[in-house]
Amino acid sequence: MTGADAEQPLLIAEGLSKSYGRLLGCRNVSFSLYEGEVMAVVGESGSGKTTLLQLLSAQLAAGAGRVLYRMRDGVTRDLAALTEAERRFLFRTDWGYVHQDAAQGLRMAVSGGANVGERLMATGWRHYGRIRHSAATWLDRVEIDCSRIDDTPQTYSGGMRQRLQIARNLVTNPRLVFMDEPTGGLDVSVQARLLDLLRGLVTDLGLSAVVVTHDLAVARLLSHRIMVMKGGEVIETGLTDQVLDDPHESYTQLLVSSILPT
Amino acid sequence: MSAALELSGVGKSFTMHLQGSVRLPVVSDVAFTVRPGECVVLAGPSGSGKSSILKMIFGSYRCDAGRILVRQADTVTDVARAEPRAVIALRRRVLGYVTQFLRAVPRVAAIDIVADPLVSGGEARDSARRRAIKMLRRLNIPAPLWDLPPATFSGGEQQRVNIARGFLADLPILLLDEPTASLDAANRAAVVDLITERKRRGTAIVAIVHDADVRDAVADTVVDVRRFAAAA
Repeated sequence: MTGADAEQPLLIAEGLSKSYGRLLGCRNVSFSLYEGEVMAVVGESGSGKTTLLQLLSAQLAAGAGRVLYRMRDGVTRDLAALTEAERRFLFRTDWGYVHQDAAQGLRMAVSGGANVGERLMATGWRHYGRIRHSAATWLDRVEIDCSRIDDTPQTYSGGMRQRLQIARNLVTNPRLVFMDEPTGGLDVSVQARLLDLLRGLVTDLGLSAVVVTHDLAVARLLSHRIMVMKGGEVIETGLTDQVLDDPHESYTQLLVSSILPT
Repeated sequence: MSAALELSGVGKSFTMHLQGSVRLPVVSDVAFTVRPGECVVLAGPSGSGKSSILKMIFGSYRCDAGRILVRQADTVTDVARAEPRAVIALRRRVLGYVTQFLRAVPRVAAIDIVADPLVSGGEARDSARRRAIKMLRRLNIPAPLWDLPPATFSGGEQQRVNIARGFLADLPILLLDEPTASLDAANRAAVVDLITERKRRGTAIVAIVHDADVRDAVADTVVDVRRFAAAA
């Protein structure tokens, strides 16, 4: 990362809106995300968080507004204007997408090792030994015992599946990772382990991430910044501790006061 | 020498939307400066806004009014208006903040909690851990605890882990919120030593200290925050 590049945002959202017929997905969302920044998008179910994530990751076309992304060559491009090959490069290499339901982000019928290796093959890796070695390294990094490398994720626990999904996403050295409720549906001790792992990886790799979560404790642990959404609109933004320790909006105060004491 | 930290006209109130939008004034027109090597102690009864002032300087609380200028080399940042990423950069390179409460992260060992600011500042993990050990020793944390997550430590041990973390990163401005509260005499002395050492190296310090002996040992200037009392 050069100094000049670091001054340019990696991802820019400009006035993003999307409605489903008469139903509002999200309205007029704008922000800039810089390299190494983790932004949490919080709000209750139906507040437009997942719609926003899909717009940002070019899985959904915006009704209005646009998303700009700084490609690896340093040129910032409008996602809607990318060629199919460029878009594929983003999906397969430069971006990660961690689904809440690991089964959506994994191929359940092929082995754990192959799930990780597949992303490498999609980026042109051909040498079987090297792919397997890299897959094994990543399984180890996400704390999956190497003896499970040839088992399919169907035989994995929920927490292991989620960690495998993370390995599959990170093996190509993405610069930006989208996460949709990465700890949702896991029991508390498994969540803690996953969060700790994610925190370490994000710091070590200098990843940028947009993390959608309704769990403010997840936002507190993982993110630098928070965007609070309600009814499809952004109602409050700021540093994570600012928003959580000094919430200004009525709805944010309600969210913060609803956290159970630990 | 020019001030490392300069507050002027800083005001803060809370609006509690869930309690009928009652507005709680905290402070108004806060103004003081801190030079490199100077320790300013904020004094006043509890509830007078001392911690709020520290949190505004660190950027965890937003200000309603005023400026909080942080000077580093030849750049000046106004925390009251800075973008989140500018505040994050300041925390990495300039502003340290030590409270009495450790925000324990599940599963992270004490030694890594202490070394973490160095690692995120770019230092190699091994050397960061070596320096962390020295600091843990100075604060009398027994070696068998170093590799354990502090969630199960006593209150005093957690507090000292937090102090070790805050003092290890060699940042030019340090904010201390009751660093010696509930410590025994030996550990209080260790903290006073750390503060004195940092002052000698030119660190600008703003501290909240209730213990009169500690205050007398470290304070160059005492600012009574009652003079910033906000009109209700």
